[in-house]
Amino acid sequence: MQRIEQIADPYTFVELDAGLSSADPLGFVDSEPYPKRLVEATRKSGLTESIVTGTCTINKAPLALGVMDFGHFGGSMGSVVGEKVARLIEHALAKRIALCIISSSGGARMQEGILSLMQLAKTSAVLQEFHDQGLLYLSVLTEPTYGGVTASFAMLGDVIIAEPGARVGFAGRRVIEQTIRQKLPADFQTAEYLLAHGQVDMVIERARLKDTLSNLIEFHQHPNHSNPSIPDESNGKKGQALSTR
Amino acid sequence: MDEKKITPLEFEKPLAMLAQQIEALEKQLGTGLTPELENDLHRLNQQYDQLKKSIYSNLRGIDHLALARHPQRPYTRDYIVRWDPQWVEMHGDRQGSDDPAMVSGLLRIFEFNVIVIGTQKGRTIREKQHCNFGMPQPEGYRKALRLFRHAEKFGLPIVNLIDTPGAYPGLSAEEHNQAEAIAVNLRELSGLTVPVISIITGEGGSGGALAIGVANRILMLEHSVYSVISPEGCASILWRSADKVAEACQAMKMTAREIRELGVADEVVSEPLCGAQHDYDFTASQLKEAIGRHLRDLSKLTPKELKKDRLNKFRKLGAFIEGEVKPMGIA
Repeated sequence: MQRIEQIADPYTFVELDAGLSSADPLGFVDSEPYPKRLVEATRKSGLTESIVTGTCTINKAPLALGVMDFGHFGGSMGSVVGEKVARLIEHALAKRIALCIISSSGGARMQEGILSLMQLAKTSAVLQEFHDQGLLYLSVLTEPTYGGVTASFAMLGDVIIAEPGARVGFAGRRVIEQTIRQKLPADFQTAEYLLAHGQVDMVIERARLKDTLSNLIEFHQHPNHSNPSIPDESNGKKGQALSTR
Repeated sequence: MDEKKITPLEFEKPLAMLAQQIEALEKQLGTGLTPELENDLHRLNQQYDQLKKSIYSNLRGIDHLALARHPQRPYTRDYIVRWDPQWVEMHGDRQGSDDPAMVSGLLRIFEFNVIVIGTQKGRTIREKQHCNFGMPQPEGYRKALRLFRHAEKFGLPIVNLIDTPGAYPGLSAEEHNQAEAIAVNLRELSGLTVPVISIITGEGGSGGALAIGVANRILMLEHSVYSVISPEGCASILWRSADKVAEACQAMKMTAREIRELGVADEVVSEPLCGAQHDYDFTASQLKEAIGRHLRDLSKLTPKELKKDRLNKFRKLGAFIEGEVKPMGIA
């Protein structure tokens, strides 16, 4: 996956829970049976599910990393995504390492019904323990991130980063327009809109994401560090790193 | 509630027609009693009882949905006032708002002092608009959060009442970060060390319901429903037709019994035969009994055990297959 290559130091990514696959707890059939849709989704994306999780290093710092893919079943969260996220957080908790989840999702997966909804609670509950332990969770919001993913782990980062132009929200634009019967501003629910409304800490383009994540990890893991190393906006030079590992 | 004033639902219409026939016959009986008329009346009443039992033991998902959404179904305030007429309402999120779609207060239920929080639909048109049809804003969820923390501080159990089509999908709601309000509630509820009981009394509308639904025990009234998306939304997305609501209801398994079978609800609380709208007092006392029972059970756990019990309940929800590992080749 490109995302993983862009963030993880070369040859350091080790996938976790690759063998998890979706069951059909509701025996769900709309115009197609759910199991058939699952096969189709994998054929289209090359992935077994909408998230890949694992560990890596990022500029030598250990990191638990999850990357969602909208190209697989619309990035929808069913039991497997919820379980993988829960296990990733538990792994980060056990190793006391930083956590980063890159979100991209249309929301909860309808075909698993109430069990999909429960993944919102499950992931948030495991995050509560992680949070209690003073461990760092960096959440990255990418185009598009909606529904149950936004209303759970995506919005619980200690630092929340959005990518430029990414659309992020709870309800979809159309549903809102139908409800309030008004036209919405053109930049509604974009990263920049979220920034203006206090919902994200920063908007960072993909090329600078790795360094931003790495600097945030370094900053938070060295509380006596007096000079945070965040890339300078105007000329891309790094601030001075004073830490010793 | 006065029997005559309850609006019959679509699937109840055969019953309503039979009731009209019986009423007409009873009027005739007033003018002259004959053995034939008496027999007919007796027969009709028997038919009525049988039809009633038959209809209510063969309800489809969409019928439960109609009952869950019945305009005369009891709402949060109706239950609260029956459990404790002296209840003390608590207002506001302390940050500029008091969302009428989220009610909260201090109640005495049997031997327990509890914090009750619940979504509130409106009864009259004006009330409905005021309460956004029971759809809370972020401010409503933050009000709930304030009360969760209040309960935690004083070691008070929490009873959440859920009856909402969902979190309000509005412009201001998005601006004020509806998603984050829900997410934070999910996380904070998980960390509480007091007993938490959530009861779905009508509609359990997805994340908007779950935001006050992370509990040690989840109860559902017999005709209530709980779903990840409305059946209308599901029908229009997956069946591409707003007409397929019945099919969507069936596929999603959103009735109380089905939710219990899926391991999410812990108990289904029975309603009066034709639905809660026919007897507010009975329904309220059914729920009160269940709350008392679960609180007594939960009071045997220590604060740490309560938190762990809640985490474990949600940690094991989900269906998946543990296959053999097929590692991806990542350079």
